[in-house]
Amino acid sequence: MTLTLTHFLTLGAILFTLSVIGIFLNRKNLIVLLMAIELMLLAVNMNFVAFSHYLGDMHGQVFVFFILTVAAAESAIGLAILVLLFRNKSSIRVDELNALKG
Amino acid sequence: MTTSLSASTLLAVPLAPLVGSLVAGILGTTFGGNVIGRKASHTATILGVFVAMVLSFLTLKDVMQGARFNATIYEWMVIGGLKMEIGFLVDGLTAMMMVVVTFVSLMVHLYTIGYMEEDEGYNRFFAYISLFTFSMLMLVMSNNLLQLFFGWEAVGLVSYLLIGFWFNKPTAIFANMKAFLVNRVGDFGFILGIGLIVAYTGTLNYAEVFAKAPELGKLGFPGTEWLLITVICICLFIGAMGKSAQFPLHVWLPDSMEGPTPISALIHAATMVTAGIFMVSRMSPLFELSDTALSFIMVIGAITALFMGFLGIIQNDIKRVVAYSTLSQLGYMTVALGASAYSVAVFHLMTHAFFKALLFLGAGSVIMGMHHNQDIRWMGGVRKYMPITWITSLLGSLALIGTPLFSGFYSKDSIIEAVHFSHLPGSGFAYFAVMAGVFVTAFYSFRMYFLVFHGGERYDQNPDAHHDDHHHDDDHGHGHHGDGRPHESPWVVTVPLVLLAIPSVLIGFFTIEPMVIGKFFADAITVNAQAHPALAEFAEEFHGPLSMALHAFSTAPLYLALAGVALSYYMYMVNPALPAAIKRSVMPVYNLLENKYYLDWINENILAKAARGLGTGLWKGGDQGLIETGVVNASWKIVGAVSAVVRKVQSGYIYHYAMAMILGVFVLMTYFVWLAK
Repeated sequence: MTLTLTHFLTLGAILFTLSVIGIFLNRKNLIVLLMAIELMLLAVNMNFVAFSHYLGDMHGQVFVFFILTVAAAESAIGLAILVLLFRNKSSIRVDELNALKG
Repeated sequence: MTTSLSASTLLAVPLAPLVGSLVAGILGTTFGGNVIGRKASHTATILGVFVAMVLSFLTLKDVMQGARFNATIYEWMVIGGLKMEIGFLVDGLTAMMMVVVTFVSLMVHLYTIGYMEEDEGYNRFFAYISLFTFSMLMLVMSNNLLQLFFGWEAVGLVSYLLIGFWFNKPTAIFANMKAFLVNRVGDFGFILGIGLIVAYTGTLNYAEVFAKAPELGKLGFPGTEWLLITVICICLFIGAMGKSAQFPLHVWLPDSMEGPTPISALIHAATMVTAGIFMVSRMSPLFELSDTALSFIMVIGAITALFMGFLGIIQNDIKRVVAYSTLSQLGYMTVALGASAYSVAVFHLMTHAFFKALLFLGAGSVIMGMHHNQDIRWMGGVRKYMPITWITSLLGSLALIGTPLFSGFYSKDSIIEAVHFSHLPGSGFAYFAVMAGVFVTAFYSFRMYFLVFHGGERYDQNPDAHHDDHHHDDDHGHGHHGDGRPHESPWVVTVPLVLLAIPSVLIGFFTIEPMVIGKFFADAITVNAQAHPALAEFAEEFHGPLSMALHAFSTAPLYLALAGVALSYYMYMVNPALPAAIKRSVMPVYNLLENKYYLDWINENILAKAARGLGTGLWKGGDQGLIETGVVNASWKIVGAVSAVVRKVQSGYIYHYAMAMILGVFVLMTYFVWLAK
């Protein structure tokens, strides 16, 4: 069977869905949350690359570089926040972060 | 020769007492800093009323020579074509009223100097009675319904202020509230009448309304079978019922005796209570168009004339006797109005003003002399101590009962004859009532006269001397007699009595011909002589005042009056034990009279309770129950409940928020990709 664009898009969609489920179902670990965000960004990257390859347009791959850069910066900041959070609350359980409750 | 009167003279007539009132009321009281004292206050007010009186007499002289005045002085507002003006209409009716009002007012002002000598509120009293004079003059001189209503309300207000003059007395406050509220019921009808007139004629001016009256007389009241003019006239008359104390809106007048005697004389005998009679006479072009209204007026007047007389028989307070007498005489005037004999009613208004004011002021003089005791059971033999008061009161009483040649005779007998000639439904009952009333009037008048001025002296037998019926803020200023004997009043009190006694005796004889038969009121009062021939028939039978007096000896009223006097003489001088025996034998009737036909009981326990109940119900049920709980409280409770639920969305968990964001994006994308083509 030949691989078409659809296969890659489906893969991206599955990855994305898995990461959303990971955000939603995760109660215990903030690091898992950050990993899920990275996975979401990965899924998007995959979509961009697939489109770029199958439509023959370089712009898709160029944009992936931007996304990778942003992802890297963002995970750095996210981890820094996590460290500070742990120093203040001595825990990284997500379900203890409800100080903004209405 | 018809001259016209000058507007500035006419303007000065009501304004002079107003200026006096303001001077005394502002500068003489703590409101203005107590700048002037008693002498200055009474001088200012008396001067004001004196000027008004002199100008009124001059106006009357001009009017008798044919002068008239009907113009607007100042137009103060126009709303959509309806003009609201200050204007004067001066014709025979107005001029007569002006003279009566200012003359009686001047007498009362002079009298007050003596009567209120020891009172703290001296200046305030003078301010009020001058203010009253101003209001009454504005009422009678008005040329439009709005100014009439202004004067009407203003005299009601001043009456309220004066009845409650001794405002620390709870009975006085009860009385002044009662007077004002009962008056208000009448005013409600009055304003409905004025509103109907405005709605159908578009104007408030008398002349314009009267010009449109014949067309009004043909219209029906929408939605009913009644004539429009009948509804208008009955509504206007309801106003007169309130102001002129006709049954059943009479209940305020006996209570108004809580006020000082000078105002009982001025307001509740001579002037304010006659405003209703004046108004109906002034509106005669309208009333002539409605037979139903005239019948209604006659029957109400007859009921008042007779049944109020009955109540006067059993009163022990000297002022109450005269008060019920006033009610009864107002009933007589109303009966005359109903018989379309407006000039006779107004004539009786004039004579009654003089002798009733005289009787009240005489009663006040007796009260002063008896050291503020008002109970006639504890008087007696006063004629030895107070000769001037005695003679003038006797003359007033003789005038009241209709002694031939006295003025009361001419006016009362004219009323009786006019009713006799009327053929409206109810005139039979009215004729019976006014005839029976002659006997009753004579009886209670001379009962009071004999008990006060003749007989044994009982002033030292009073078990409760010096208490509820008087008001002294300080000790007796006048020399306190060690033995409590009565003494004659000072000249400021007796001179008005004498000056009022003169017209009480003479004025009827000289004015009956021009006023009742002649043309004095010709352009002021309209009578439809075909439909209501009573006055015309009376005029045919009239052959001069002297012959009328002689004719009295061949008609019933004189003998009824004599019988009344004789019976009262017998019951109170010859056989004093008889009244008590009669009372015991007809106790239920006595109770009915003692309780004033239970009208006060009905008003206080049924009507007032119902009104208060309605208010409480609306307050607790409507305001608290419905609005406060149902709308105001419910709104915040609902908002609180909803927000308590919605608040749970903000759980504080980031992953919940992230989920919400993702779901939102998903929905939007679904919409844009698939549904929005």
